[in-house]
Amino acid sequence: MKWISDARLDHLRELAISADFGATKYRLINELASGGMGTVYLADDTELNRQVAIKILNTPELTGDLKRRMVREAQIIARLEHPGIVPVHDVGSLPDGRVFYAMKYVRGSRLDDYAAKNESIRDRLRKFQAVCDAVAFAHAHGVIHRDLKPQNIMIGSFGEVLVLDWGVAKILRRRESPVASEADTLMLNNNQADTSHGTVVGTRNYMSPEQARGEINQLDERSDVYSLGAVLYFLLTDQAPSSARPRAVNPKVTKAADAICLKAMSQESAARYATAAELSRDIGKLLDAEPVSAYRENVLEKVGRWAGKNRFLILLVLAYLVMRIFFAFTSRS
Amino acid sequence: MDPDTDIGGVQHRFPVTNQSAIVRARSSDHAVRQRAFDTILTSYWKPVYKYVRLKWQANNEDAKDLTQAFFANAFEKNHFADYDAGKASFQTFLRTCLDGFVANERKKGKRLKRGGELEHFQLDFVNAENEFASHAPDLTPEDYFHREWVRWMFSLAVEALRERSKKEGWGIRFQLFERYDLADDDAATLSYASLGQEFGLDATTVNNYLAAARRDFRRVVIEKLREITATEEEFRNEARSLLGVEVK
Repeated sequence: MKWISDARLDHLRELAISADFGATKYRLINELASGGMGTVYLADDTELNRQVAIKILNTPELTGDLKRRMVREAQIIARLEHPGIVPVHDVGSLPDGRVFYAMKYVRGSRLDDYAAKNESIRDRLRKFQAVCDAVAFAHAHGVIHRDLKPQNIMIGSFGEVLVLDWGVAKILRRRESPVASEADTLMLNNNQADTSHGTVVGTRNYMSPEQARGEINQLDERSDVYSLGAVLYFLLTDQAPSSARPRAVNPKVTKAADAICLKAMSQESAARYATAAELSRDIGKLLDAEPVSAYRENVLEKVGRWAGKNRFLILLVLAYLVMRIFFAFTSRS
Repeated sequence: MDPDTDIGGVQHRFPVTNQSAIVRARSSDHAVRQRAFDTILTSYWKPVYKYVRLKWQANNEDAKDLTQAFFANAFEKNHFADYDAGKASFQTFLRTCLDGFVANERKKGKRLKRGGELEHFQLDFVNAENEFASHAPDLTPEDYFHREWVRWMFSLAVEALRERSKKEGWGIRFQLFERYDLADDDAATLSYASLGQEFGLDATTVNNYLAAARRDFRRVVIEKLREITATEEEFRNEARSLLGVEVK
């Protein structure tokens, strides 16, 4: 038996894990990213002549949880048709048995990279609201994401916001909706054994306490709300979530924004927003300088907020009053 | 379809391999256990020999005796049946058993009985010793054991691929793979075009043949891994260990 040198050993390792699209209509261009569950490649769809992002399992395997999870991920995303959710074009198997799915190739930046270039809190809040809306759409169809974090959110070339990587998503229940079908019921049945109680999936800094404890049966929309709160924390402070409140990290954060973030990230799930839609509404009110549900203002703050919202009107009234006083004074003299 | 370019059967799906040797090692049927044991022995004897040479500073004769006696003893006492995939990888379990065995044998200081169950096996210790002597390890014994296990697994996969290629009439395909992906001599300068000239093929055919050989190589590696892992979790762990891929 011939000796295999260290260099050739590394080469063989690469061969063994590299994606072979030979039997598919896709031609590999390059690797885009590698995560816990899979590797994402940029590829050419030779039939439709367009570029797509293809996600495949890192570990070659012929059967098992990961493969089932990948197929489920593709099926879930395929049924969520929303401008904020990356569409799936195709699902298939590589010759070695690994599952892949082809999805829209999003040109743009990840939310964390985007935030590094865009300091305006207002602009960040608008993007965050769009994230909430996409997640709210999934919630409305009984799906929770379970791995929301800045790295899983893309900002497209035209400012569009897209939520990626529904790899650990969970179907909560069957909902009456245009995308609901018999498949939902089947998925529910498959899901029971899919992630066992006590299994931790997600990303530490951004996952809810119940998710970190592996209490899979306790997870619902409010677990995603916690993760959204953690994303908001990052957008307000440029730091990963910690025990310090956002205002303590960045004094420019308003009390209302601080309160929204803390409410979303409450340790007790019952104290959080019940859905991403509720959180989105509060963010919308914050952007419109209206009172938010998470924060009770005192009179001075109410006046201050009203003044901030109506500063042009106040300026006009003041200018009018100054003019009146000026004319009254000049006509008397 | 050209048999030399088509592998994987219907829809290019590869068959799921037999139940793992680790699981079969627990069988009450002696013949089944024997076959499982043969698979484990084939997959681990060489890293075991080299590890004993390095960690226990055994000379080649002692290392040979210890390797054979370790496997014979493990089979006789059915040690591999005690393996619990929830606690450690099989590789770690085996190495721990080996350390315990060698330490005990050293304490006893008796002449080792070469394993009766292994006598039908031809273990190429001369080759193993040459490899150990000519490629001096600069790793810890544990890392060395792992590195040599990876090398041995790939060597076994290459040999299995060679055999399969011979049987299926995929000779050229394997030769191209051997030349381009295994040989060290001119790896940096070799191109598909130059390889094509050498074999009288065009570059596209070289590309296709190599892609098919690599696909088959991946398949064999996965089959080998399946053979020696008991659970999905362990398969993932060993795949990560063998292929260097991090899996959550």
